Amino acid sequence: MKNIFAVAGIVIKELYRRKDFYVLFIVTVLICLVMASVNIFNDAKIVRYLKEICLLLIWVCSLVIAVTTTARQIPAERENRTLLPLLAKPLTRPQLIFGKFLGCWLACGLALLCFYVFFGALSATREHQWPLLDYFQAATLHWFMLGIVVAMVLLGSLVFAAPSSNNTICFVVIGGILFVGRHLDQVALTLHEPFRTVVYSLYFAIPHLELFDVRDLVIHNWPLIPWLYFSLALLYALGYMAVFLVGTCLVFRRKAVN
Amino acid sequence: MNSPRTIFLLLVALLVSCFGLAAHLQPQFQAWRGSRASGDIFNVVLGDSRRMFAQSFYVKADEYYHSGYYPTIFDNNEAFKTAHMAEDTGAVNSRNHGDETGFLGPRRNWIDAFGRHFFPDRHTHLDEGGPTDDLSGSDNVREILPWLKLSADLDPDNVQTYTVTAYWLRSRMHKVAEAEAVLHEGLRNCPDSYDILFELGRLYDEDYHDTGRARNVWELAIRKWLKIYPALDPEAQKDNRLIFEQITTHLAKLEEDAGNLPEALNWYKAAQKISATPDALQSRIDAVQKKLHAPILVAPAKL
Repeated sequence: MKNIFAVAGIVIKELYRRKDFYVLFIVTVLICLVMASVNIFNDAKIVRYLKEICLLLIWVCSLVIAVTTTARQIPAERENRTLLPLLAKPLTRPQLIFGKFLGCWLACGLALLCFYVFFGALSATREHQWPLLDYFQAATLHWFMLGIVVAMVLLGSLVFAAPSSNNTICFVVIGGILFVGRHLDQVALTLHEPFRTVVYSLYFAIPHLELFDVRDLVIHNWPLIPWLYFSLALLYALGYMAVFLVGTCLVFRRKAVN
Repeated sequence: MNSPRTIFLLLVALLVSCFGLAAHLQPQFQAWRGSRASGDIFNVVLGDSRRMFAQSFYVKADEYYHSGYYPTIFDNNEAFKTAHMAEDTGAVNSRNHGDETGFLGPRRNWIDAFGRHFFPDRHTHLDEGGPTDDLSGSDNVREILPWLKLSADLDPDNVQTYTVTAYWLRSRMHKVAEAEAVLHEGLRNCPDSYDILFELGRLYDEDYHDTGRARNVWELAIRKWLKIYPALDPEAQKDNRLIFEQITTHLAKLEEDAGNLPEALNWYKAAQKISATPDALQSRIDAVQKKLHAPILVAPAKL
């Protein structure tokens, strides 16, 4: 575990040394402040449009941070020729994978914390309330969704030739799941065999990232998600993270490191 | 030929011809209807595609009216053909059929059943309290306004955006001045709109209690309707009958309250000719006729 945390610590340091997070955070803050300054029929209590824009930006920025940070981890080590010395130390290949995953996931968590604190402060200026449990549920589900994304991109970084192609393919897959993942079974019913079976199988096989998108519940002040279903969603995410990480370890075991 | 003086003179000649050509084309460009330079930022950036975005934002406002519970393109949207926020103003012909509370249908599989705990899954309206069912929070309907404003900015020719915005502004948020400003802006962009005139008349009658102005505005709306209605196609005519009935019944009520019973009778009869429920109006006509033919009671002391 010590080795895993050491690798994770380096990844987190990399995040706060790079400018990506700061740029995305400042852009989010600026856009939200400009939108908040718009006068809509002299009513200062209108807030939901602002929450929607802010959460949309948080989702986009967090996905960009998660995918781009993870995609460059192993290729950069190989390019800088530091992968071989790293594995020459008492560090196994699975430990390196788990360390990289943990680092990227924790780095995303730190970034999310900043974003959600800003979101909470922005909402509180208009709504004059602080629904902490709602924000906790939304942020936690979001973070676990990013865990699946990080594990998936890590596997992609070993399968695809370059970080750019990995980034592009992962963004397309993630976007596809978020937009049509929930409806793939309905789409399957409109198709003929064998495509029907293929799409229907795909529906059950893919990680349903859209489950973790509870923005509408937060924006429109719906009651809390029952804690049982909330916990089951986290377990569902952990299951997919495990699947992707085991897959990554298996691929990396046979990969040449030089 | 390649001396610096020749090059300089050529450059000057080109500059003069450019300036002359620009001066010649500029007035034509300004007069050209397809020019984007004279429009607002949306017109310059989006061109005519802004109408498509305007419709999306209008639907977004209705989605907010339902606190996020809204069908996607994959769901059955028969009960959402006409925006509920417009339907509830009482001035729009509804095309909705089917069950508005159950467009999600029965649970299809365990993923679908599990997923329904993570998005809004109950039909509510913001003016009825939204997800909390707290009627004291009915002014939360204000949340639809940013999207309606954006929709009106993108497509200034969509009449319904102005009437819906004005209705909710004055009826739930009691912002009558803002509602009036919205309707006047709508009239500037759509001067022949009887829907906007009807809503403006309601504002004068119900909020300012200025029956004179309400009467004038509604009579103008009737004249516009009579001018435009014959040129519409049968489907549009069917949709536009409701607004005529609304204007005439409001005018009849206004005249009845003012004691002008013959005028009230005429308006009720005009409404009855086009109404989908003429029997309901017959009872109003009978009541006015009864009042009209009732003997005037005079106090015995004055005899």
